Amino acid sequence: MSPGKNSVALDRRQFLKAGSSTAVGLVVGFWLPQRSGRFAEAQVGVEERVFAPNAFVRVAPDNVVTIISKHCEAGQGIHTGLATILAEELDADWTQMRVESATANRALYKNLQFGSQATGGSNSIPNSWEQYRRAGATARSLLMSAAAKRWNVPEAELLADSGIIKHELSSQQATFGELAEAAASVPLPAEVTLKNPKNFKLIGAVRLPRIDCKPKTLGTAVFASDFSLPRMLTALVARPPRFGAVVRGFDAAAAKAVPGVTDVVQISTGIAVVANAFSAARHGRNLLHIDWDESNAEKRGTPELVADYRALLAQPGAIARRDGDCAQALARSARTLTADFEYPYLAHTPMEPLSAVVRLAANQCDIWTGDWSISGIQDDAVRITGLKQEQILIHSLYGGGSFGRRGGDASQAVEVAKAIGGRVPVKLLWTREEDIQTGPFRPMYLHRLTAGLDEQGSLIAWQHRIVGQSVLADDPGFIVDGIDITSVAGASNIPYDIPNILVDLHTPALRIPVDQWRSVGDSHTAFSVETFLDDVAHTAGKDPYQFRLELLSKDPRNKEILQLTAPPPMRQSLFAKFPRDRQVMQLAAEKAGWGTSLPPGKGRGLAVHYSFQASLAYVAEVTVALDGSIKVDRVVCAVDCGIAVNPDVIRAQVEGGVAFGLGAILSSTVTLKQGRVEQSNFNDYRVLRMNGMPKVEVYIVDSGESPSGIGEPTVPPIGPAVSNAIFAATGKRVRTLPLSSAT
Amino acid sequence: MAVSLVLNGKPVELDVEPDVPLLWAIREAAGLTGTKYGCGMALCGACTVHLDGRAIRSCVTPVRSVVNMPITTIEGVFGTLAQAVLHSWEKLDVSQCGYCQPGQIMSAIALLKRTPVPTDDEIDAAMSGNICRCGTYVRIRAAIHEAASTHRG
Repeated sequence: MSPGKNSVALDRRQFLKAGSSTAVGLVVGFWLPQRSGRFAEAQVGVEERVFAPNAFVRVAPDNVVTIISKHCEAGQGIHTGLATILAEELDADWTQMRVESATANRALYKNLQFGSQATGGSNSIPNSWEQYRRAGATARSLLMSAAAKRWNVPEAELLADSGIIKHELSSQQATFGELAEAAASVPLPAEVTLKNPKNFKLIGAVRLPRIDCKPKTLGTAVFASDFSLPRMLTALVARPPRFGAVVRGFDAAAAKAVPGVTDVVQISTGIAVVANAFSAARHGRNLLHIDWDESNAEKRGTPELVADYRALLAQPGAIARRDGDCAQALARSARTLTADFEYPYLAHTPMEPLSAVVRLAANQCDIWTGDWSISGIQDDAVRITGLKQEQILIHSLYGGGSFGRRGGDASQAVEVAKAIGGRVPVKLLWTREEDIQTGPFRPMYLHRLTAGLDEQGSLIAWQHRIVGQSVLADDPGFIVDGIDITSVAGASNIPYDIPNILVDLHTPALRIPVDQWRSVGDSHTAFSVETFLDDVAHTAGKDPYQFRLELLSKDPRNKEILQLTAPPPMRQSLFAKFPRDRQVMQLAAEKAGWGTSLPPGKGRGLAVHYSFQASLAYVAEVTVALDGSIKVDRVVCAVDCGIAVNPDVIRAQVEGGVAFGLGAILSSTVTLKQGRVEQSNFNDYRVLRMNGMPKVEVYIVDSGESPSGIGEPTVPPIGPAVSNAIFAATGKRVRTLPLSSAT
Repeated sequence: MAVSLVLNGKPVELDVEPDVPLLWAIREAAGLTGTKYGCGMALCGACTVHLDGRAIRSCVTPVRSVVNMPITTIEGVFGTLAQAVLHSWEKLDVSQCGYCQPGQIMSAIALLKRTPVPTDDEIDAAMSGNICRCGTYVRIRAAIHEAASTHRG
């Protein structure tokens, strides 16, 4: 999910070059029905053929069109999205489309923004957009040429529609499947023409069923935790009780005495107990005696960490954004406001705890996983096993949720497989307790905001200081002048027309493991910016919506900004194309009936936020009961994410992002006591349930611009919209999350 | 040890210890993986199955406590009500990652069995034990209403 190169325009020659080595893939691929069934074979334990498809599409004689998804499906709908894009240019029928996950092959399947094979950062659709369109158009061209040759007619007289090529003048037609074998011997076209978006039939279609819906409904979809192999054993790992603790020694005798336990082995993250079943492994793990060396472990609790962070809030940090002279403007302000915010560590808790299956042989390592960092796992497996990259085969299964988690932990299963000498296949499972207690987490952050208003009530100064760990600390290429862009995203690139802005950052280094969490930095910055802006509006005596309209009346890309620190590839997309932010806000306000009155006890709040190249505005309506309990009744959402490839998937992502963000701001927190995580399961790590789910209305802006992603940007606006609605209802503002910690 | 269960209408002998949770007997010994592990403490509902038509959490149910009692998993649901629920789930494209959905569907079928036309409040009460981190709640609610209406005809 690290930010990567923004220049995604696929070099056409590059594609065709790949195409001619894979021409085989594309062309021969038309005629290789035996290539399917990799997974079925593995399940019955038949010696597996190496499956290395080298293109994005196959057409089989039975008229099934299979696209190869280079991105992992963890619920975000990318399999459906990529199939839609390719099928559109191919002119296929939706019912003939199938999706298969790509194996590990970064030359062919790299994320064009990241440069490695990985799924994240809401860039799957944008980085694949032209690539999959071109792959579909190329396949279509080959089929058309094959038909023209067969019927001896000019290609220009042919039409392709819904998987059938027709020559109306001679009343001839053939399905793609009937032409597949012939298309295999047609040379690749020198040029392909992509469709004019106004002729799209599948892209933008109101109702295109998700391609993964049926197996997920029937319970037949296979996740890594469901996958099994003959003789496979199950492993659980005992992990350090404090971050930074290491194993000094262990006594496995009692664990090994548990019936079913076969091995107790040390790996880099702890002690693995291997058994013939989950319950035996867990029982064995409970009986392990481990001597942990905690001399370098983190022993502070959350209150101590907050105190340390608070001290940093008083000191200047590394500058992320500077416009004008903020200090001078604050000094001459008629009125100033200041507020501190606290954001807790958060766990991702995907419903499927982490899991992976590994089969290790002398010259091959097979990994079945739902993890999104395919290249990362492959590199780790090379390091662990000493095998060559091409000997590491990754079978990408459905991920049971990700939200930034489920990165590369499958490599721990490789360690276990190696530690038992590759004797039998191993499934490594995580319990929910491990999932919540061992991280990595969304970092804890403290913010301090200060605003200055002049005599007329105009906002002339905006200062925003952030303290928190870097999630990209291991990726120094993205840290520029001490700024991890993901710590300040959404704060340093505020689009508001404020003459004097200063955003700075402290990045303490701690042993607590942290990582990206759905929407990353914007998950906290949007809350500070959008709630504090409301406070400023109220102080100025202005309606929050009108106040924002004024501040969004100029294109921020034309503003004179003295400093805005960001990795060069990201600089082009730090602000939304003007006036997208303003338009989504107007749309949400209009649909929500902004300005109409609500009964006592109810309030309405607005937030607008741009992230991951999408602009979203939410209006939340809440009811605050006499006992202070909060019920979010309705959320009206306006979205501009460019061309809407699958409007219903976008709608689903918005509904889900509302739920994910809402649960977090209302009740989720990971706290430490003397270095130990205090939460352990869904009883104390609380997330949104059905009874907290508001009605959600989604309005998608009609756009002709290239599509952005939608998974992450749906989260940031919900917290501030709800907080602003609570303020409207009660006049009270809570700035320490989760909100439940204040009651 | 062999334990006798009536699983999806068929008697089966499973080689598991009697105190093993039903969830793991179903998943590991019977090889039916539609029923999921999510928390192990009856907190999330991913492991929901039917015991004699009632929804139970298989992760905290020792297998010895259900010997010879009729257990139904997502793989074994049948009848017009179950079909209506599965159909509405597909029609509304409820699933995102899909991991929790078998449990959601088992809870929904059990709800509709005892409350054929539930209100939103009744849905909240019956379904709040099933967590979905993708946040498909809006569609689950809609799919339950849809199934109620199609099943009643």
